Amino acid sequence: MSESPVDPRLVVSEQGLTGYLGEFRRKVKGGELGPLPVVIGLIVIWLVFQSLNSQFLSAQNLSNLSVDIVPTGLISVGIVFVLLLGEIDLAAGAVSGACAAVLAVLNVNMGMSPGLAILLAVAVGAVLGLIHGFFFAKIGVPSFVVTLAGFLAWTGFQLWVLGPNGTINLPSDGFVAGLTSTYFIYVIAAYGLAALGVAGFLAVSLIGNNRRRAAGIPYRTTGDIVFRTVVLAVVAFGAAYILNLYQGLPLALLIFLVVVVGTDFVLRRTRYGRSIFAVGGNIEAARRAGINVPFIRISVFVISGSFAAVGGIFAASRISSASQATGQSNVLLMAIAAAVIGGTSLFGGRGTTYSALLGMLVIQSIASGMALQGVSNSIQFMVTGAVLLAAVVIDSISRRSQKAAGRA
Amino acid sequence: MAPVLALERISKRFGAVQALTDVELEVDAGEVVALVGDNGAGKSTLIKVIAGVGPPDEGRIMWEGRQATIATPSDAQALGIATVYQDLALCDNLDVVGNLYLGNEMTTMGVLDEVAMEKRSRDLLETLSIKIPSVRIPVASLSGGQRQTVAISRSLLGDPKIVLLDEPTAALGVEQTAQVLDLVERLRGQGHGVILISHNMVDVKAVADRIAVLRLGRNNGVFDAKTTTQEEIISAITGATDNAASRRSRRLSE
Ligand SMILES: Nc1ncnc2c1ncn2[C@@H]1O[C@H](COP(=O)(O)OP(=O)(O)OP(=O)(O)O)[C@@H](O)[C@H]1O
Ligand SMILES: [Mg+2]
Repeated sequence: MSESPVDPRLVVSEQGLTGYLGEFRRKVKGGELGPLPVVIGLIVIWLVFQSLNSQFLSAQNLSNLSVDIVPTGLISVGIVFVLLLGEIDLAAGAVSGACAAVLAVLNVNMGMSPGLAILLAVAVGAVLGLIHGFFFAKIGVPSFVVTLAGFLAWTGFQLWVLGPNGTINLPSDGFVAGLTSTYFIYVIAAYGLAALGVAGFLAVSLIGNNRRRAAGIPYRTTGDIVFRTVVLAVVAFGAAYILNLYQGLPLALLIFLVVVVGTDFVLRRTRYGRSIFAVGGNIEAARRAGINVPFIRISVFVISGSFAAVGGIFAASRISSASQATGQSNVLLMAIAAAVIGGTSLFGGRGTTYSALLGMLVIQSIASGMALQGVSNSIQFMVTGAVLLAAVVIDSISRRSQKAAGRA
Repeated sequence: MAPVLALERISKRFGAVQALTDVELEVDAGEVVALVGDNGAGKSTLIKVIAGVGPPDEGRIMWEGRQATIATPSDAQALGIATVYQDLALCDNLDVVGNLYLGNEMTTMGVLDEVAMEKRSRDLLETLSIKIPSVRIPVASLSGGQRQTVAISRSLLGDPKIVLLDEPTAALGVEQTAQVLDLVERLRGQGHGVILISHNMVDVKAVADRIAVLRLGRNNGVFDAKTTTQEEIISAITGATDNAASRRSRRLSE
């Protein structure tokens, strides 16, 4: 093994563009596509819809888009956890609807303070997830079946909680509605967040790199870090600029971004997150390594239920009401599709919560673009279905080439 | 002094298969015990009993003279038992560092210390002269032999008292096999006890102090590696000849 600080097989070497291309080719061959397909897909989708209708990339449309992705996106974050185990949660949509109903009853019918009502609604989501997790991890019922039963049961629970009216309106100037209607109008908010994100990324990269250099293990070149930081800065400040053209930084988007970054940290930088990947990769290896597999499984379903509840609360907030339709029809499927489109594998062990963000951007962009064109729902579903299929095909192929590149 | 590990009358069955019957085995510190036997003799099953992966139905496990309960892999790890499984038990989706430290990750304030783990992984792999393109690639993209060396390195990260090696050289080339055998001798030199499973009699005779034979799930003799011929061991494994030879060498070794 060479003594050079930069192992060409590990990180991008100093050769600049050729280095990147070589690295890129190696990764694609090995099936490590990462977020690349979805980012390319998103750019294509945006260019197509912009060429069809110049309103598409308008500040107002993009700003609305950034809030529209939040409710289902939050559910999708929980789904990512479940998919990482190689399992599925078919009840997430029903849980979100049920918890939105609980929130509305507590807050409106019973006059409970919104903060407490939200807390209790999320706790209900956690308990429903706990029930799924228990039957899955302790009794051994396949997650598919447990959550299918949960889907039916919690849908009934939602109808029961809502009562005969079937709809409970939330005060449109209330706290809950404010979750999705609050904007930080001062330009400093969006730019500040962008600056914070970019500076944080740069600081973490530089500190990590210095530690790696000091420890004598491969590290990235400064040029590489600068390149990554510049890309992030362009995206972050570009988004901030556009949001400021309309009403500023939406609170809902801020919360969603914090959730995505926070959960990604938990998954990649903590022992708990590492255990989730291990269970998703090889359950027997995880067990033999001393990991408490039932605990990991149950906790993941609790997380999924909790995020489903949070997503349901944001969905109710967006339309200022909880109804029988909240969390129903295609919400669950969109949340799963978003995770998969964003690059989280259905086979377990590979993925990030960023895929909830990227996947929802794709799905919502298609929905928004089609709506601008006045295209009917039917076409929209078909296009989204095709995108989902493409994502799963990419996942399957990359998995196959990883296998091929794997064992000798 | 009592041996570090002593198994007493261990039995285990899987449904209709009686995989182990009244098996006894002792390992001392600084001793290499080879466990040999035909396919299906119950060697891996016995390893899993010791490692806490598949606890026995009957029998006692004595650790340093006291009875120990090994019901889970964590119990075994806590005692100081490290295991390389025949099926390796690696997570294909994790990189080499992630696999080496799985279940024992280094953290600072709750956050994984990737730099420290990567540094120690590289150092360890280097001292074992293990060649892997990068410690940051998923183990799925390693060759069979490389995977095996990762599994072996994994068992050495803590400071185990007993190392269980279930066919550690099965997928290895000539050079790497020699390295693993060197490693086994180094472990013995450092006072670790080693249980080595192998079908290669030459390797077994080269490094083992004692050779325990399992046949159809039962003990079939424990032989002194220095004084027993390969033929005697093979006949104990296959049961081809009368067991006089094995009885004789057992007497000699005691
Ligand atoms: N999980 C299991 N379920 C049922 N039977 C099992 C299981 N594990 C092992 N057995 C049976 O127990 C017996 C012993 O198997 P074991 O794996 O211990 O053999 P071994 O000595 O390691 O053989 P090899 O040299 O092929 O690795 C075999 O008959 C096998 O079929
Ligand atoms: Mg075996």
